[in-house]
Amino acid sequence: MTSLILRTATLYMQPILLMFSVFLLLRGHNEPGGGFTGGLVGAAAFSLYAFAYGVLESRRKLRADPHTLIGCGLLVAVGSATIAPLMGRPFMTGAWWEMHLPGFGAVHLGTPMFFDIGVYLVVIGVTLLIIYSMAEEE
Amino acid sequence: MKALLVMPIVIPLVGGALGLVAWRSRAAQRALAACGAAALLLAAAALLWTVDRHGVLAVQVGDWPAPFGITLVADLFAAIMVFIAAVLGACVLFYSFWAMDSGRESYGYYPLTLVLLMGVNGAFLTGDVFNLYVWFEVMLMASFVLLALGGDRPQLEGAIKYVTLNLVSSALFLAATGILYGVAGTLNMADLAGKLGENVAPRLTTTLAMLYLAAFGIKAGLFPLFFWLPASYHTPPPAVSAIFAGLLTKVGVYAIIRVFTLMFTLETALTHGVILVLAAFTMVTGVLGAAAQNDFRRILAFHIVSQIGYIIMGLGLYSRIALAGAIFFIVHNIIAKSNLFLVSGVVHRLRGTGDLKQLGGLYEQQPALSICFMVSAMALAGIPPLSGFFGKLVLVIAGIQAGAYVIVAVSLLVSILTLFSMTKIWAGGFWKPAPEERDVPPPGDATHAIRRMMIPVALLAGLNVLFGVGFEPCYAMALRAADQLLDKQAYIAAVLGT
Repeated sequence: MTSLILRTATLYMQPILLMFSVFLLLRGHNEPGGGFTGGLVGAAAFSLYAFAYGVLESRRKLRADPHTLIGCGLLVAVGSATIAPLMGRPFMTGAWWEMHLPGFGAVHLGTPMFFDIGVYLVVIGVTLLIIYSMAEEE
Repeated sequence: MKALLVMPIVIPLVGGALGLVAWRSRAAQRALAACGAAALLLAAAALLWTVDRHGVLAVQVGDWPAPFGITLVADLFAAIMVFIAAVLGACVLFYSFWAMDSGRESYGYYPLTLVLLMGVNGAFLTGDVFNLYVWFEVMLMASFVLLALGGDRPQLEGAIKYVTLNLVSSALFLAATGILYGVAGTLNMADLAGKLGENVAPRLTTTLAMLYLAAFGIKAGLFPLFFWLPASYHTPPPAVSAIFAGLLTKVGVYAIIRVFTLMFTLETALTHGVILVLAAFTMVTGVLGAAAQNDFRRILAFHIVSQIGYIIMGLGLYSRIALAGAIFFIVHNIIAKSNLFLVSGVVHRLRGTGDLKQLGGLYEQQPALSICFMVSAMALAGIPPLSGFFGKLVLVIAGIQAGAYVIVAVSLLVSILTLFSMTKIWAGGFWKPAPEERDVPPPGDATHAIRRMMIPVALLAGLNVLFGVGFEPCYAMALRAADQLLDKQAYIAAVLGT
């Protein structure tokens, strides 16, 4: 597809979609959203790019191989779950830290967020793997 | 110590994830598979040792107390199963290094196998019915891909049958779980054991028991829903068949044993009576189906079904000795059956066919392989002093003690027919001279690979002998596991902390 309108719109849409996906990911911590929905929106950003500029260009934009994303996502998720046993708590128990960032004040950081980041990466990887494979087959 | 319980799930997951990161490098994937299998074996051995020494081990995942959260729990039966799955996984992965073609290797064979092992271990270790469903799905998804990977025509045909029947079974499983939650208000197995024991809705509970029997029966390959198994198990590469034959049906059997010893034990006369009848039919149809086949792996696939009957017979008799016999038999069967599939892979590599009419002369060419085959085949048929003999002996004694003479007679008859089938493979493949028109010399570069593929084959055959000769300690452990199954209190106390 070589629609000029789609191509131009994609250039503006993709960064917005990506930012929105990160927003959803972080918001999911306490409110509706989360790694799964954020990942889907993130994958949508790259699929839109694939529709406008072709799969090869979209892969180049993504930089990482979808397989790598899935693998890294799983590792991050497992890593967040194994922090608790290291601290003597049962597997997957949430661990929390209080952090003071200049400008933000007190920020709650917890292993569930890392688990969510893992889910986010896995969802992007799986969705793009499916979409790229199907698009390349045509 | 409790971290040990999650290791059989975490290790294959990390191995699989790293394998995905190293997607492009086959060498790295092999190395990861080897490390993963070795670590899994160590963790499983440590778990077995700990559980045998300290009793039932339970972890409340995420620190949510049972029965509200998900519980992982290892009693001795589960720990034995995890250990034997790890042994088999290591052997099959080692075998695959030389047996698997590069196409399948670079499309994720090793990560998938590790994920399959994770699903199997999860199903063994979970203490929650819905979580069991999830692990079944993890296992099935990995197995779907493994079965279809490579995409030969017969392979896809087998995969479609396999996927369809397993989806039906999953739907039944899920429906039964929904009703169960409606009846008992909990899905934690230990909690269910108490709640269903109060006999709140006896008829509904028995209906549920039958629904679960049907759902798990399909996965285990029980009569009359076994037909997908011989239709699909001979199609993928032998290493995949071996791990499927050894583990997947046994997970179904494990689930049947678990729910019918922990949850549905009120109407044993009815439920376990049905199980006993199914066991007899499963044994007979499986072995008769095998007698009609003429292909190495097809015969073996039918025998999986037949052997499931023996294990279920142990559950149907429902006594201490019978359950111990069933547990011992599962372990024996996983080793013997998978090994026969591995041998069929070596034979296929040597001759390019599994058709017994076109095989022959293997004894002359590969005496060591032939002996390994003979050991596992005779163990399967139940010849002393191999492991199968003692497994069957215990089951027969349990049957006589329970006065179930019909099933004892059936099981003995099926043993003879099993011997017949194994002799058929032996005579057709190994003993008779090779047909003149098909005198194919083995490819020169394959001999090194074949020697390597022989290592796990010889190891598993050795285990068949070891479990036969060293029957006493193994049986003592199986008895301890059976005691834990019959006396649910240890399990319930470990999970609910009462």
